[in-house]
Amino acid sequence: MQVSITVNGEQVSRDIEPRQLLVHFIRETPGLTGTHWGCDTSNCGACVVLMDGKPVKSCTTLAVMCEGHEIRTVESLEVDGRLDPVQTGFHERHALQCGFCTPGMLMTARALLDENPDPTDLEIRTAISGAICRCTGYKNIVSAIRWAAEHEASAKQEV
Amino acid sequence: MQTPASFEYERATSVEGALASLQRLGSGARVIAGGHSLLPMMKLRLAKPDHLIDINDLDELAYIREQDGEIAIGALTRHVDLLKSELLAENFPLFRDAENVIADPVVRNRGTIGGSLCQADAAEDLSAVCSAAKAKVVIHGADGERVVGMEDFHVGPYMTAVGDGELLTEVRLPLRPGAGSAHEKVERRAGDWAIAAASAAVWVDGGTITEVGIALSAVGLTTIHLSRAEELLRGKAPSAELFAQAGEIASADCSPGADGRGPIDYKRHLCGVLTQRALRRATARALHQEA
Ligand SMILES: Cc1cc2nc3c(=O)[nH]c(=O)nc-3n(C[C@H](O)[C@H](O)[C@H](O)COP(=O)(O)OP(=O)(O)OC[C@H]3O[C@@H](n4cnc5c(N)ncnc54)[C@H](O)[C@@H]3O)c2cc1C
Ligand code: FES
Ligand code: FES
Repeated sequence: MQVSITVNGEQVSRDIEPRQLLVHFIRETPGLTGTHWGCDTSNCGACVVLMDGKPVKSCTTLAVMCEGHEIRTVESLEVDGRLDPVQTGFHERHALQCGFCTPGMLMTARALLDENPDPTDLEIRTAISGAICRCTGYKNIVSAIRWAAEHEASAKQEV
Repeated sequence: MQTPASFEYERATSVEGALASLQRLGSGARVIAGGHSLLPMMKLRLAKPDHLIDINDLDELAYIREQDGEIAIGALTRHVDLLKSELLAENFPLFRDAENVIADPVVRNRGTIGGSLCQADAAEDLSAVCSAAKAKVVIHGADGERVVGMEDFHVGPYMTAVGDGELLTEVRLPLRPGAGSAHEKVERRAGDWAIAAASAAVWVDGGTITEVGIALSAVGLTTIHLSRAEELLRGKAPSAELFAQAGEIASADCSPGADGRGPIDYKRHLCGVLTQRALRRATARALHQEA
């Protein structure tokens, strides 16, 4: 069936089977392989994208269910060569090793800061509790999200 | 890569429309709400519906409000909204206790109370929560609506009173004075299903427990309603000895299986401890004495 979804601000229309999962709809769109899929069972969080601004697991959402909704993927974070503060935070605090979990972590972090610009470490840990990282031990990820929160706050003050 | 088998998809635009489609399509049709139980089952071919009726656009089923001496919760209300509701936290704090530990925040953005109850997985936390709170559910079908208590809602493992062609539309919680409630869960790691969980609600008047609900998750084929323990407590003054006896009943009346989450004797012990804790905290809340 014909489905039309807004992905990163652009209308993506394709004829798909209703059983196609959102993660595959996204990854089969040219240029959008940043969203990863890992466990396929909604446990690991690698596939997290934003649906109308809220993080959801795209391996457990049908693409047809997203018609008429706005999807944001990790590719939308960088704009005109400028990284999003969560990306810079991950760079500054060395919050990735293999990088497999990173797209999901970044989107989960972005959604957290949009809702709560000054989260405590516990709030950060709770927000990413549905995302598994096999490499970093989470400490640097928490620190990277704190970095982003602090730099976003000071950037806003300067404006 | 896990993908469900083929099916036809339809998006409902009204409750009546969803019911009409379900009745036209018969037993091959299934409702999809958050999809966080149904899609995993479809990937594993444990469910193989021919048609999915998507009810996510039915905003009229997403609400938490006070009406006619009850709190009414629409079936499409998501976990995140149950967690954040001050109305629920004030009157039935066991919802917030449970929602803090149901899955993870990302899953909670999608999963719904209707999906949780209709899934009727014995490990589901909200089934025990609603049983303890003496909830009633509203079921809509071809012949209009009926209201069913939780004791009649759980028919068997993964089976409920909701029949083919029917929709669960609302959960109702009775508002009575002197209420206190709590949900206690032990899990292996953040976001996991319970090893065991106990929900308790008490209504205390003049130092006496006038009504009580207790239910257990994850320790039997269905949610376990601890009616023997409820009978023991009804009409008595709350005390540590009484709660210890209720805990003993919980250990005896649960029927856990041994699995990766632990052996049977451990789970029985856990049920006893969690039942006592839930009763203690529920009563402290009813008496406004929570530490
Ligand atoms: C990783 C993970 C961890 C989880 N951990 C927990 C946990 O710790 N505790 C817990 O309680 N739950 C847990 N869950 C389950 C979660 O709560 C699900 O969201 C919930 O079980 C199902 O809700 P849903 O809206 O996604 O239902 P769906 O998957 O859409 O539907 C489930 C079933 O209910 C039927 N249905 C849905 N809505 C209606 C309706 N209104 N009328 C009639 N039938 C309906 C569907 O046809 C289907 O058979 C977990 C889920 C995941 C993915
Ligand atoms: S691939 Fe979606 S949560 Fe793991
Ligand atoms: S960086 Fe390797 S899984 Fe997180």
